[in-house]
Amino acid sequence: MNAMTGNYTTADGRQIGDTLMEMKNITLRFGGVVAIKDISFDIHEGEIRAIIGPNGAGKSSMLNVISGFYHPQEGEVWFRGAKRPTMKPYQVAQQGIARTFQNIALFNGMSVLDNVMTGRLTHMKTGMFAQALWKGKAEKEEVENREVVEKIIDFLEIQAIRKTPVGRLPYGLKKRVELARALAAEPKLLLLDEPMAGMNVEEKEDMSRFILDVNDEFGTTIALIEHDMGVVMDLSDRVVVMDYGRKIGDGTPDEVRNNQDVIDAYLGVSHD
Amino acid sequence: MFYREAGDFSTTYSQDSQTFPIKFDRYRYYVVLAIAFGVIPFLINDYWANAVFVPFLIYAIAAIGLNILTGYCGQVSLGTGGFMAVGAYSCYKLMTGFPEISIVIHVILSGGITAAVVTLFGLPSLRIKGFYLAVATLAAQFFLVWLFNKVSWFYNYSASGQISAPERSVFGIIVTGPNTEAWAKYLICLVFVTLCAIIARNLTRGSMGRKWMAIRDMDIAAEIIGVNPMAAKLTAFMVSGFFVGIAGALFFAVYLGAAEVGESFGIDKSFLVLFMIIIGGLGSIFGSFAGAAFMVLLPVFLKNVFVGGLGWPTDLAAHLQFIVSGSLIIMFLIMEPHGLAQLWRLAKEKLRLWPFPH
Repeated sequence: MNAMTGNYTTADGRQIGDTLMEMKNITLRFGGVVAIKDISFDIHEGEIRAIIGPNGAGKSSMLNVISGFYHPQEGEVWFRGAKRPTMKPYQVAQQGIARTFQNIALFNGMSVLDNVMTGRLTHMKTGMFAQALWKGKAEKEEVENREVVEKIIDFLEIQAIRKTPVGRLPYGLKKRVELARALAAEPKLLLLDEPMAGMNVEEKEDMSRFILDVNDEFGTTIALIEHDMGVVMDLSDRVVVMDYGRKIGDGTPDEVRNNQDVIDAYLGVSHD
Repeated sequence: MFYREAGDFSTTYSQDSQTFPIKFDRYRYYVVLAIAFGVIPFLINDYWANAVFVPFLIYAIAAIGLNILTGYCGQVSLGTGGFMAVGAYSCYKLMTGFPEISIVIHVILSGGITAAVVTLFGLPSLRIKGFYLAVATLAAQFFLVWLFNKVSWFYNYSASGQISAPERSVFGIIVTGPNTEAWAKYLICLVFVTLCAIIARNLTRGSMGRKWMAIRDMDIAAEIIGVNPMAAKLTAFMVSGFFVGIAGALFFAVYLGAAEVGESFGIDKSFLVLFMIIIGGLGSIFGSFAGAAFMVLLPVFLKNVFVGGLGWPTDLAAHLQFIVSGSLIIMFLIMEPHGLAQLWRLAKEKLRLWPFPH
């Protein structure tokens, strides 16, 4: 089995498909600071791919490159077999990449249902005049998309808070609603920026289960950043390790765990 | 006992996304419509039309327009007065230029022209936010007033610089000009208000409204889920401009009859409409009506109390009226920053459980 190239079968027997996204020699600078230095890695279809690294390693910058917030000075992003031109974040979303944020980025003035419905906006194409009339096309579209959203609401077990304003929810539920919003877009690639940050053990277990279920049931490819090593090692199929903007390891959790550079980065090493 | 939703289930998603999902609300809405269309036109006289109903209805349209921009999309505008002037002057030019075409079409076209102008002035919103955008729209306000004063083509080179509405009729009923009956004025405004409110509600409950609210609540997150911020903001300016333009056209043609731009569409109009939506409730169609009613009725009410009830001199009453309404606005902002619509929502939540709150 060679995890670095082509298709492979995971330890739990899931068949991983072709390359979905490939980052080629990405370099990102902010003025004189080099946030990401010449990093390449790929994400295969159906895979759970983790990006880990100490604080300030450039993980979130990497996610921001993928979702179009940052534009790297060098390197290429390939998505679904084609080189991606420089894109605005909303164009990236329309291509089928959804994400959640490290600090929850929900729409506080709206209900849970409306928040999740916003995830469907890339699928809703009715023009302004049809919407002004409502009856007919707009209503039909609304109902169709509502059905998709309701499935996701069922899936993530947030039926009871459907009509609650998001601002009133506790932290763990907000994280779940944000995941629901990202899932509602039916993304090809789902980016999760620290989905377990600030959660207790129980909430982490719930969230881990949801991530695995999403991958399993919808076949969604997931790339996630996480600090909890136990979670990362259990969930992910392959792991990229970053430190100071460089890639220092890439492979299955076991390979990464035994990589000397990774151990050095996490535990420290004497420079003498 | 009179506000119940128990046993009132939505069985389809379209039932759940209707404007009034609760049966009681829906019936009350029909009753209000029936009274507004079936009863008031027979009872109304000149005083009630000119002092209360017509300004209330017209300001409600303007407030809905501004609420879409500010309340739903989060883009502050201080140019409402100037934008209403665009509607008024386009309506005037259309009425005098094409007298054979119906006034209804003129009013709608004025809305369209205003929508185009407002979209143009909305372009800075792509770069600037918050207070800075407010200042940019303030510039639009002063520029437009200056423009309509300076370029005499807009008022057909009349010596007074005023525009006055010629007599026009719909289905043989005179709706503009000095010979208009009170009920005709009221009814044409009511038709426009009803249609505007329904359109605004339809736009805000669907995907367009969600795009606007997403931009309002967190523009970065909106972009990441696939909302094009430029398109969302500009459509908000456009739709808002359409309603404000209709309000301006009706304000001039039906309500005032004759207008001078600095006096009728000055900066105080911008603030008045802004106060309406703040007091009524940002991001709520009902709030637009409540705010318009509050700001129109309060001066009338106070005047009746001070002059009619207490017999005080008119000038004293006029000054007191400013003090009272000013302090009421401040009190409101402190005690209920989400406006009358929020009070109404709270009252409904309480009533759902009344009289057994546990």
